[in-house]
Amino acid sequence: MDYIPTTPEQRDHMLRTIGVDSVEELFADIPETLRLKRRLDLPQGMTEAELLRHMRELAGKNRHLDELVCFAGGGAYDHIVPAAVRTVISRSEFYTSYTPYQAEITQGVLQTIFEYQTLICQLTGMDVANASLYDGASAAAEGMIITCAHTGRSRVLVAETCHPEYRQVVETYLRHQGIAVDTVPAREGVIDLEALDERLENDVAGLLVQHPNFFGHLEPVREAGETVHAAGGLFVVSVDPISLGLLAPPGSYGADVAVGEGQSLGNHLSFGGPYLGFLAVREELVRRIPGRIVGETVDAQGRRGYVLTLQTREQHIRRERATSNICTNQALNALAASAYLALIGKEGLQEVARLSFQKAHYLASRLEESSKVRRPWQQPYFKEFVIETDLPATELQSRLVQEGFVAGPAFSQVGLAPETALIVCATEARTKREIDRFVEAVTHATGR
Amino acid sequence: MFEATPLLFESGAPGRKGFAFPPCDVPETSIHEAIPPEFLREEPAPLPELSELEVIRHYVRLSRKNYAVDVGIYPLGSCTMKYNPKVNEEAADLPGFKRLHPYQPEETVQGALELMYHLERFLCEIAGLDRASLQPSAGAHGELLGLMLIKAYHASRGEEGRDEILIPDSAHGTNPASAAMCGYKVVEIPSDERGGMDVKEVKRRVGPKTAGLMLTNPNTLGLFDENIAAIAQAVHDAGGLLYYDGANANAILGISRPGDMGFDIVHFNLHKTFSTPHGGGGPGAGPIAVTKELAPFLPAPTVERRPDGSFYLERHRPQAVGRIRSFYGNFGVLVRAYAYIRAHGPEGLRRVSEHAVLHANYLMRRLAPYFDLPYDRHCKHEFVLSGKRQKQRGVRTTDIAKRLLDYGIHAPTIYFPLIVDEAIMIEPTETEPLEALDAFAEAMIQIAQEVERDPETVKSAPHRTPVGRLDEARAARRPVLRWRPPAEDTAATQER
Amino acid sequence: MVPEELRYTKEHEWLRLEGSNLARVGITHYAQSELGDVVYVDLPEPGDRVKAGGSFAVVESVKAVSDIYSPVDGRIVEVNKDLENRPELINEDPYGQGWIALIEMDDPRAFEEQLTAAEYREHIGEA
Repeated sequence: MDYIPTTPEQRDHMLRTIGVDSVEELFADIPETLRLKRRLDLPQGMTEAELLRHMRELAGKNRHLDELVCFAGGGAYDHIVPAAVRTVISRSEFYTSYTPYQAEITQGVLQTIFEYQTLICQLTGMDVANASLYDGASAAAEGMIITCAHTGRSRVLVAETCHPEYRQVVETYLRHQGIAVDTVPAREGVIDLEALDERLENDVAGLLVQHPNFFGHLEPVREAGETVHAAGGLFVVSVDPISLGLLAPPGSYGADVAVGEGQSLGNHLSFGGPYLGFLAVREELVRRIPGRIVGETVDAQGRRGYVLTLQTREQHIRRERATSNICTNQALNALAASAYLALIGKEGLQEVARLSFQKAHYLASRLEESSKVRRPWQQPYFKEFVIETDLPATELQSRLVQEGFVAGPAFSQVGLAPETALIVCATEARTKREIDRFVEAVTHATGR
Repeated sequence: MFEATPLLFESGAPGRKGFAFPPCDVPETSIHEAIPPEFLREEPAPLPELSELEVIRHYVRLSRKNYAVDVGIYPLGSCTMKYNPKVNEEAADLPGFKRLHPYQPEETVQGALELMYHLERFLCEIAGLDRASLQPSAGAHGELLGLMLIKAYHASRGEEGRDEILIPDSAHGTNPASAAMCGYKVVEIPSDERGGMDVKEVKRRVGPKTAGLMLTNPNTLGLFDENIAAIAQAVHDAGGLLYYDGANANAILGISRPGDMGFDIVHFNLHKTFSTPHGGGGPGAGPIAVTKELAPFLPAPTVERRPDGSFYLERHRPQAVGRIRSFYGNFGVLVRAYAYIRAHGPEGLRRVSEHAVLHANYLMRRLAPYFDLPYDRHCKHEFVLSGKRQKQRGVRTTDIAKRLLDYGIHAPTIYFPLIVDEAIMIEPTETEPLEALDAFAEAMIQIAQEVERDPETVKSAPHRTPVGRLDEARAARRPVLRWRPPAEDTAATQER
Repeated sequence: MVPEELRYTKEHEWLRLEGSNLARVGITHYAQSELGDVVYVDLPEPGDRVKAGGSFAVVESVKAVSDIYSPVDGRIVEVNKDLENRPELINEDPYGQGWIALIEMDDPRAFEEQLTAAEYREHIGEA
C-alpha cells in the first residue's frame, strides 16, 4: 500500500519533460558502490485492512487503562480528557499543518499558540511563555540553561526530590555544555534547606525544585527561592499544572522560570509521549527563551494578526549562538492543553485540583488502615505519595495487575531505593469504589 | 468568511463551563488542615469561561484560517510535507496504545515494546546501521543526542581534545545550534561549484581536533553529494565520526543507505520521511541509528528481547550518555511511523523515493525557464531556485512567497539555504498528484510574469488571505506575547 | 549616502571624531538597508572596554542578527539609550539619531586609520 497518485502515463510525461528515459537516470549521481543492490530487508507491505488487523493485534498484547484501573503517577497522570479536546486536535487543518512560516494563511495555528502562551501565564503567574518544548524534563533542562546564560555562571543546583528522570535529563544537557550540576539532598522527603545553604556560593546560576516533588510532597518553595536569590542565582520551579488549581502559582513566590509537564492538560498517557513541556519566565528573561514564540501585530489595514516573533533567538537565524537548537516542538499537544483549559475553565481547574486532592487523601487514609502498608513520610502532599510494603515493589505491581490495577512507578523503575517503595496516585478520574477495591487488592497482595 | 476571531479571553461569560467533573464521592479532607495556608492559591487562575459549543466553534473557525496538507500542496523544502495516512491515526488512537501508562509493569505492555523493538530494527535496516534510540522527540533532539554520542565515543578512547564539528555552509541551522549545545566549536566548510561539500577544504580542515562532521545528503540544495565516500574517508582517517542529518532521507529510501555511505550516526525525522503529521509544529520524532561501536553509549532504556520471546526495558547501561527526555520518546508518533513502514514494505518505500525525486525534477524543469536555477543538474527530492532575476525588478523572494498565498498555495521554504541569494526551496513530495504539481507550476509562472508586468501587485501581496501582510518588525520591536485584560494592559503600557 | 566627514570600516560601521579622542560609532546607511527593519539593539554598558575587531553590540532585524565590531581599542563612554525603545532610529537616521555608542579611543590616531568615504564607497561598489 502506498499513497502515490502518479500513473504510468503521467510518469512518462514527467520523464519526457525532464528529458530523461527512466527514473533510474535521476539517481545517476549516486555512485554505483553506494547503491543498495538488494531490497530492504523489511516485511512485505500491507493493505489498510491487513495493517489495521496487525495493529489491533499488537495493541491487544497490551493491557490498557480502560481494562486496568490506574493508580500510577510519577510525572504522567490519568486525568479525564474531555471528548471535545479530541474534536479540536482532530481538525486536519491543524494536525496536518506545520510550523506557521506563512503567517497570513496559518492564523489558526498562530492564534492558538498565542492563546496557549497566555493560558500558561495565567496558570503560572509568570509574564511570558513559549510555544512548548518536548516534555517536562527537557523543559527543566532548558530552564536551567536560561539561568546560566543570564547570570554568566556555570554551576547549577538540582533538588534530589525532583523526578529522577528529570534530574538525569538536566544533568545530561548541562554537562555537555560544561556546566556542573550538584544535587541538593533531601530530608524527610523534601529539599534540605540547610544543605541548600551550604551548597550556595556566588557561582550558582540557578536552583531547580519540583513542586509538588517526585514523592508528591509540597516543597518549601518560598524559602528555597529566597535563599537562591540571596546568592544571586535564579529560581526554577517545575510544577504540576493541575496542582495550580489549588496551589499558589510560581509567579507569586518569586520563581524566575516556571516549567512543567503539560500532559495532564488534555493529553492521553500514550506510553510516555507525545507530551509537552511548558516554559514561562519573568519579562526580563524574554530574550533567553528557547524555541518558538508567537506575538501579536497588525496588517497594513490595521487588522490584528499573529506572527512568529523574536526569531533572532532561534537556530535558523542565530545558528551556533541560538538560545537552543529546538525547532519542531509539541504544537498539537499544546493545542490539546489549550482546548482542555478553555473547556474546564476557571472553575474547572479548581475542581479538578480539589477532586484529585480529595481522592488521593482518601486513598492514603484507607491504605493507612492496612498494617502491611507504611508511608515513610508525613509531609503535605497533593495527589500522589509514597508507600512501602514488605514486598519488592515490582512484585506488588505484578500482583496488583492480576487484580486489575496499575500502580507505580516502583522506585527501582526510576533508579531509586528502597526496592520496596513505590508511588501511588489518585486523580479525579478515580471513584470511591475503585479506590476501595484497590485498597483491598493491596491488602490482599501484601497479605499473601 | 474571514472575520476576526476573538481570543478565548474575549469570549464567554462569568460562571460558564464547558465541562463538568464528577461530584466528589469520597469523605472529604479539610484542605486547610492538610495544607499550610502559604502553599494555597489566593485567587483562582483567571482562565476563560466558555461553553463547550463556544470552544468548538472557536477552534473550528480558527482551523478554517489554517493551511494544511489536507487543504493543498505544501511544498516547504526540507520539511517533507507529504500526506499523513488516516489509518495511522486510527492505529495510534487504539486504547491499547493510547491508554498506556509509561510505568505499567512490562508484562502489560508487551505489544508496545514489540512495536518499538521492531521499529528500531526497521530504521536500522533503512539506515544501514546497527542499533537505534527512539528517545529523541525531533530532528534537532536527535542531533543533540548524536553529538553527545560522538563526545562519549572520543572520551572512551581518551581523546577528549576533539572539540570541533565540521558543518557545510548549506546546513540546516539546527546543525550548528546542536553542536554548540553539545559544547563543540563549529567549523564551517564552504560548498563547491557543484553544490557539494568542498572535499579539498574538508581534507584541509580535519585533524586531531576533529570530533565529527554533520552532513545532509542529499544536501539542502537537493543535490546528492557525489564525493561522500571521499569525505567519509577523510574524516575517518582523521579519527572523526560522521553524522547524517536525515531531514532529506525521503530521497534515498531503499536506494542508498547512510551507513553504506560511511555515516556512523543517522537521525530520521519520522514526521517528514515516515509521514507522521506535523501537528502545526510538532510533535515529531527524531530517532537515531548508530554503528555497533557507538551502541553502548545510547541512552537507557533500550528495548530488548529475552530468549523466550518476551520484551523488556534495559535500564542498566553503564556507558550510556544519559537521558535526553523522560520516558521512552514520542510513542504515539512511533506507532504511526511503524504503521507507515509496515504498509509500504520494501518496494513501497523505494517507490516513495523514486516518485519524490521524479516529482521534484519535473517541477524543476517546468520552472527553470522562469527563475534562476543556480545548480543545474538532476535534483533529488527537492531543488532550490533563486529569485535573483525578480529581485532586479524590485521584487523580493518574500513577495513571491506572499503572492503564492493568493493563488491558494502554501509557499516553499525561502531564504534557505543561506548560500543561495533569494533562495526558493521546493519539495513537492511523492504524494502530490500531477494536477497539483502543474497548478503550483502555473501559479509560479504567472507570478514570474506579474513581476515583469505588474510588480506592485506582487510586492503588496497577499490580497486574498484572512489578513494582509503582517508587520513582523512591529511584533519584534514591541513584543505583545500574551493577552492581558484591558485594564492591566493599559497599566503595563504606561509603565513602559 | 556616504557622508564625506566620516570614517568607515569594512564591516559597515561609521565613526565621527568628536573632540580629540572620542569616536561616535554607528552603522552605515548601506548596512541598515541590507539588514532591513531593525527591531532590537543589544547595547554595551558605559565603562566597558572594547578592542578593535571585537564585537561590542548586536543589531537585530526580523530575520538577521549582526554583530557590531569596534573599529578601535578603547572604552565605552556613552550608549544610545533611545535605541532601547526605538530601534527603528537606525533605519530612519543611521548617521544621526541612530548612533550606537561613543567610544574613548586609547590612541586617537586609530581614527585616521579607518576607511575614508571614497574608500568605503568603493568597498560597497558605489564608487
